[in-house]
Amino acid sequence: MTELALSLCGVNKSFGNMQIIRGVNLDIKKGERHAIIGPNGAGKTTLFNLMSGRFRLSSGEILLNGERVDGLPPHQINRKGLSRSFQITSIFHRLSVFENLRCALLWSMGYRYSFWTPLWRQRELNEKTARMLEELNLTSRGDTPAGLLSYADQRALEIGMTIAGGASVIMLDEPTAGMSNTETDNAVELIRRVSKDKTLVMVEHDMKVVFDLADIITVLVYGQVIASGPPAAVRANPAVQEAYLGSLAA
Amino acid sequence: MKKGSSTQGWLWFIVLLAAIAMPWAFYNYHTGRHSGFVISMLSQMGMMSILALSYNMLLGQSGLFSFCHAVFFGIGGYATIHFLNLARDGTLPIPLELVPVLAGLSGGALAVVFGYMATKQRATAFAMITLGIGELMTTAALMFHHFFGGEGGVNSNRMIGHSLFGFKYGPSIQVYYLILAWTVISALLMLYLTRTPLGRMANASRDNFERVQFVGYDPRMVRFTQFLLSGFFAGIGGGLYAITYEIVTFDALAAPLSANALLMAYIGGSAAFGGPILGAVLITLLQSGVSLMSNSWLVYVGVLFITMVMFAPQGIMGLIAAHGPIVRGGRFGKLLLPYVRVIVPCLVMVLGFVGVVELASFLTIGAAQGKVLVLFGHKIDEHDVLPWLAALICLAVGTSWFALEARSFRRVWDGLMSELKPERSAA
Repeated sequence: MTELALSLCGVNKSFGNMQIIRGVNLDIKKGERHAIIGPNGAGKTTLFNLMSGRFRLSSGEILLNGERVDGLPPHQINRKGLSRSFQITSIFHRLSVFENLRCALLWSMGYRYSFWTPLWRQRELNEKTARMLEELNLTSRGDTPAGLLSYADQRALEIGMTIAGGASVIMLDEPTAGMSNTETDNAVELIRRVSKDKTLVMVEHDMKVVFDLADIITVLVYGQVIASGPPAAVRANPAVQEAYLGSLAA
Repeated sequence: MKKGSSTQGWLWFIVLLAAIAMPWAFYNYHTGRHSGFVISMLSQMGMMSILALSYNMLLGQSGLFSFCHAVFFGIGGYATIHFLNLARDGTLPIPLELVPVLAGLSGGALAVVFGYMATKQRATAFAMITLGIGELMTTAALMFHHFFGGEGGVNSNRMIGHSLFGFKYGPSIQVYYLILAWTVISALLMLYLTRTPLGRMANASRDNFERVQFVGYDPRMVRFTQFLLSGFFAGIGGGLYAITYEIVTFDALAAPLSANALLMAYIGGSAAFGGPILGAVLITLLQSGVSLMSNSWLVYVGVLFITMVMFAPQGIMGLIAAHGPIVRGGRFGKLLLPYVRVIVPCLVMVLGFVGVVELASFLTIGAAQGKVLVLFGHKIDEHDVLPWLAALICLAVGTSWFALEARSFRRVWDGLMSELKPERSAA
C-alpha cells in the first residue's frame, strides 16, 4: 500500500443534481508521472480539486501516502505533502517574485505564524529562495511584483511555488495552457527537472506535452475513468480512440 | 531599493524631530507657557497615528475591511481608567509609562474574542460581522454601567504618583512626550511585524487567500493572529487617550471613530507603511484646526475622502511615490511650472467651493448659533446676492480652468514618464 502516492477509491462528487465525478478509482504510484486527460467538462479539474481538498467529496475515499485525507482542509493536505498549481495562474500579485517563493517555503521550514522572527535575517531561508529563483531563471526579476511578470514567467513562478515546500506529490493543472511553442518546451523542461524523484500528477490538453512527460495516462470521460495505463496502451485503446482521440480527429 | 528605504528612514527621522520640537515652536516665552491647543492637537495626532497604523494592519496589509476597530481602542481606554484608579489606590503597583502595555493587552484580549468570530470569514462577510461587533459594543457601553459608566463614561486621574523617570505627568507637555514615545515604539513594532513570517503571509492572504492554503497556511489563522495583534496596538492608542483626557466615554469605541480610522489609513495611503501616519496627521489637523474655524469641517473631510478615492486611491503616500522615478531621473524641475499652473486654478476652485459651503452653512447652522460671517474685517451678509455670485463664479471658473490645466499637466507627466522608461528598464 505504501508504494502508492495517491489512491482514490469510489470517489463521487455532485453539485446539486449534477453528478460530475462518478465512482473514480485511481492509483498513482510513487515517483510516477501521471497525466489525466479527457475532453472539456470531463471533470479533470474537479478531480484535482477533490484530491487537493478544495472541494469536499460526496462519497468515497482518498489516501495520500496511505493516509486518509478526504475531508481535511487544503492547508492540512498540503502539509502532508501534496502541492498543486491552478489552471488560472494563482500567485501573490502585489508581492515580489522573491517574496512569492519565500512565502511558499515558510511553512515547510517551520516558521508557522511567527510574528517575532525577522525574515531578513533567516540566512537558510533566503539562500534557498535565491536558489529557487535561479532554478526558475527568474533571478533578474526577483524584485518585480509578480503581477507584472509575463504570462509564461508567472506560470513558471507558480510551478516554483508549487514545488518549493518540498511536497512529495506535485499536481499541475494545465501547466502549459496558453503558452507559445517555445514557452511550452521550456515549461516541459522545467517540469521534468523539478519533478525529479517526486510524484507528478497533471491535467493537460497538449498531447505533445502529455506523451513527452507522462509514464501513465488516465482518460476521464463524463466523470468516469475509461482507461489508464502507459501511453502506448492508452493510444491503442479503442474506447479512448472512440471517446476522445477520435473526437479530436473528427 | 535599499537606497530608497534609507532615504525614507531619514525623512521619518526628520518628522520625529519635528514632532519633538513642535511644542517649543508655539511656546509662549512671555508667559512661560505651552500652547494648550497645539499640545492637545499633537497628542491627538500621536494616538490617532497608532490607531490608523493598527487599522492598516488589517486594511492595507491583510485586505480586511473592519468597521469595529475603535472597539479595541475604546476598550484600551476604559481599561486604562480602571487601571489608573487601581494604581492610585495602591492596589496595582505600576508606573504610568507602562500602563499603555496593559491597555494594549486589554485590546488584544477583546480582539481574541471578536477576532475568533470575525476572522472565520473574509471580505464582505468579515466586514458585516465587524459592523455588528461595533454596534454590540456601543450598546454594551451604555448598558453595563459598572465598567463603562453609562453615558457619562468613567474618569480617573493620571497623576498616580508612580513613574519610572520621576515625572508627575501633571503638565500636558509631559504626557505629550509619553504619547510620542509610545507612538514611536508602536510604529517601530508594527513595522517590524511587516517583516516577519506572519506579516508576509498576511500580505499573501490579501493578494490571494486561496493560494495561501496551498502553501500550507490556514488563512483563517493568519487573519486571526493579525487581527489580535492589531487589537493590541489599538488598545495602546486607547490607553494613551485615557491618560490624556482622564475620561473615556462610549465615543472612544463607537462607529464614528472606527470610520475615522478607515479615513486616516485610506487618505494617507494604505499601501505604504507610513501612509496612515500622514492620514492621521492630516485628519487631526482638519478636525481640530478647521473645526475651530468652520461649522462644516466634516463636509471638507468628506469631499477630501471622495476626491482621494476617485483620483488617488493610493492615498497621499501613493501620490508621493508616483514622483519617485521623476525625482530620481532628475526631471522634477520640469514639473515645477506645470505644478504652479495647476495649483493656481485649483486654489480658485477650492476658494469657490469653500465660499459656497460656508455661505450655506452660515445661512442654516450659523444663523441658529447667532454667528456672523466676517472676512478680512468685513461683515458679509449671507442673504446678499453678491457673495454667492462671487463664490459661484470662482467655483465655475476655477473648475473649468483646472480641468484645462489638468489635461496639459497630464501630457507633461506622461511625456516625462515615457522619456524615463528606457532608463528604468536599463537599470
